[in-house]
Amino acid sequence: MTATTVSAPAARTPARAALRRFRKHPAALVSVVFIALVVLAAIFARPLSGHDPNAIDLLSARSGPSGAHLLGTDSTGRDVLSRLLFAGRISLGVGIASAAIAVVIGTVLGSIAGLLGGWVDGLVMRLADVFLSFPSLVVIVVVAGVLGPSVLTMVIAIGLFQWPVCGRIVRGVTLSLREQEFVLASRATGAGPLWLMRKHIIPAALPPVSVVATLAVAQAIALEATLSFLGLGVQPPAASWGNMLTDAQSLTVIRSEPWLWLSPGIAVALTVLAVNFIGDGLRDAVDPRSSS
Amino acid sequence: MTAERDPGLATTPAPAATPGSGVAATPASRAVPAERAGEAQLLRIEDLSVDFHTDDDVVHAVTGVTLAVAAGEIVAIVGESGSGKTVTAMSVLRLLPKAAEVKAEAIAFRGTDLRTLSAAELRKIRGGPVGMIFQDPMTALNPVMTIGAQVAEAVVLHQARPDKKTAWQRAVELLRLVGVPDPAERVKQYPHEFSGGMRQRAMIAMAIANDPDLIIADEPTTALDVTIQAQVLALLKKAQAETGAATILITHDLGIVAELADRVVVMYAGRVVESAGVRELFAQPRHPYTKGLLASLPRMDVDVDQLDPIPGNPPNMADPPAGCAFHPRCPLARDRCRTDRPPLLAIGDGRTSACHYHEELA
Repeated sequence: MTATTVSAPAARTPARAALRRFRKHPAALVSVVFIALVVLAAIFARPLSGHDPNAIDLLSARSGPSGAHLLGTDSTGRDVLSRLLFAGRISLGVGIASAAIAVVIGTVLGSIAGLLGGWVDGLVMRLADVFLSFPSLVVIVVVAGVLGPSVLTMVIAIGLFQWPVCGRIVRGVTLSLREQEFVLASRATGAGPLWLMRKHIIPAALPPVSVVATLAVAQAIALEATLSFLGLGVQPPAASWGNMLTDAQSLTVIRSEPWLWLSPGIAVALTVLAVNFIGDGLRDAVDPRSSS
Repeated sequence: MTAERDPGLATTPAPAATPGSGVAATPASRAVPAERAGEAQLLRIEDLSVDFHTDDDVVHAVTGVTLAVAAGEIVAIVGESGSGKTVTAMSVLRLLPKAAEVKAEAIAFRGTDLRTLSAAELRKIRGGPVGMIFQDPMTALNPVMTIGAQVAEAVVLHQARPDKKTAWQRAVELLRLVGVPDPAERVKQYPHEFSGGMRQRAMIAMAIANDPDLIIADEPTTALDVTIQAQVLALLKKAQAETGAATILITHDLGIVAELADRVVVMYAGRVVESAGVRELFAQPRHPYTKGLLASLPRMDVDVDQLDPIPGNPPNMADPPAGCAFHPRCPLARDRCRTDRPPLLAIGDGRTSACHYHEELA
C-alpha cells in the first residue's frame, strides 16, 4: 500500500495541465499567434516598413496604397504603414505597462488587505470602491489636462484606475487561503506574513490575476487609443493608433481616403479582440471548472 | 497533598478554584520540582485558559490546564473532539485565530515564556526547536507546491543564510529519513502524486527538519487508514528516538497512546480530568471518564460480549454543565457532582484525578 503512487508517466504539473486546456481554445490560440505577429511587427517596425514614420514628403501627400507606400501616406506625406507599426510599439507598450502597474498595486494591496484583515482591509477596499466609482475616462482627461498630456501620465493614470479589479481578486484568494491548513502549517514552520505572501498567496493568485492582467491590457490599449484620439495621450509627431485616427475626424477623409483610418482602426479592434480572446482562453485554462 | 514526584503534570492546589488560593498555594507546592527540573522541564504550561468570543457567546475551549513536558518524554493528550486538546497545543506556538483569548500563568519553553516573544522571535521557535505535525496531510500541504519545495521551506526558514540548494538537498535527505522511496525523484512531485501515508511522512520530515526538541503531533494518524497508521506510528517512534525530541501527541485513539506515550493527560470539556503514566492509566483509570473510554475499546485479552460506549454527548462549551462537566454522563455522579466542580488532585504515584470519588475506582 505504501508505494502505490509510483510516479505518473508525464509530470502533471498544474501549469502543464493549464497549458493543455488552453490549447483546446482555438480562438485563443489564433489570438496568441496574431499578437505574437503584432509584437514582432512592432519590434521590427523599421526594416518591415522601410520608411521613417516621421519623414514628411509633401509631394506625395494623401496618396493611396501603392508599391512605394503599401498603405498610402497621410496629409503630410508620411508613410502610413510605418506609422502603424511604430504606433503598435506605443499602444502595446502603454497597454502592458499600465496593466503591470495595475497588477502590482492590486496584488500588493489585495494580499495585504486579505492577510491583515481588520481596519487595513476596510481601508484598502474602500479605496478600491472610490477608484471604481469614478468615471475613469473623465478623471484621466482632467489629469491629462492638468499635468499636460504625456505617455507617462497616461500609463500611470490608466494603471491607477485598473488596480481595484486585480486587488479584489487577490484579496479574495488571500481570504480563502488564509483559512487553509497548509497556510497554518507553513506558519507553524516559522513563515511570516511576507513569506506567506511570496510563496503561498501570490503563486495561488497568479492564475486569476493573469486573466485580469490580460483583460486589463486590452482595456488599456483601447483607453490609450481613446485618449490619443482626443489629443490627450500620445502627442504628435509620435504615432499611436489613437492619434492616427484623429485624421479621420473629417468626412472627406472618411469618404475618400479610407487608408488613413481603416488600418489603425482595424489594428486597434483586432488587437483588443485578440487580447480579450487570450484572456478568455486563460480563464478557462486556469479554472478547470469553468471550461466546457 | 502528595509530594510531587512527577516532574510532568503539576497539580492544581486542593481547595477548588478561587484564583487567590491558587496563586498562594502555587509556590510552595512547586518549589521542589521547579528547582530539580530546571533543565528537565522542556515545556511548562500553567493554568492555561482559552476563550473564543463569538457574536453572542463565549466558548471556554480550555480552562485551567496545567501541563509540563520533560525533555525526551512523550506525553499524550487524549480526549473527544472539542475537549480542548488541539487548542491547548496550538496555544503553545500562538497559532490560534485572533478570536481566541489566551490566558495563562506561564507558557514556558526552555524557561522562556513564549508569550513575551516578538513575532519574529516566535517564528524562530516555530519549526525550529518546536516542530508541528498536522492531522490531515491532504490539507496541510499546499497542492500547487512540490513536496520538495515544502520540505525545503521548513529548512530555508531557519537557515542563518538562506540557501535554496542546500535546503533542497536537505529536503531529499529528510524524505529519505522518513522512508519516502526514491526521494531524489519524489521531491519534484506534487502532493496529489503522494499517497496519504507518504504525505504524512513528508509532514513529519517538515516537523523534524530542524532537529526539534519538541514535536507537537496533532492527531497525526487520524486521517490515515489502519495499515498506514501503523507505519506512520512506527516512523514517529523512530523519529522521536533519533532526535530525542519530546513529543506532545494529541489523539483520541487509545491504541496509539498505549503504543507510544510515556504519560497520558486526559481532557474533558476543556479541562484535564486525569493524568498518569501510561501503564498505570491503562491498568487502573482513576476517573470515570477515562474508565468509560477504556471500556469502549475492544480488547484482545478479555472476551467482552458488548462494548460499553459512554452514554450521551460532550457538553456545549458555550454553556457547560455546573459542577463536574462530566456528571450528566457519569455512572458515579451524585448530588455533589452537580454543584461542586472537583479539583484536579494529586492522588499518588505521580497521578492526578479530578473526580470526587476517584477512591472508589482505586
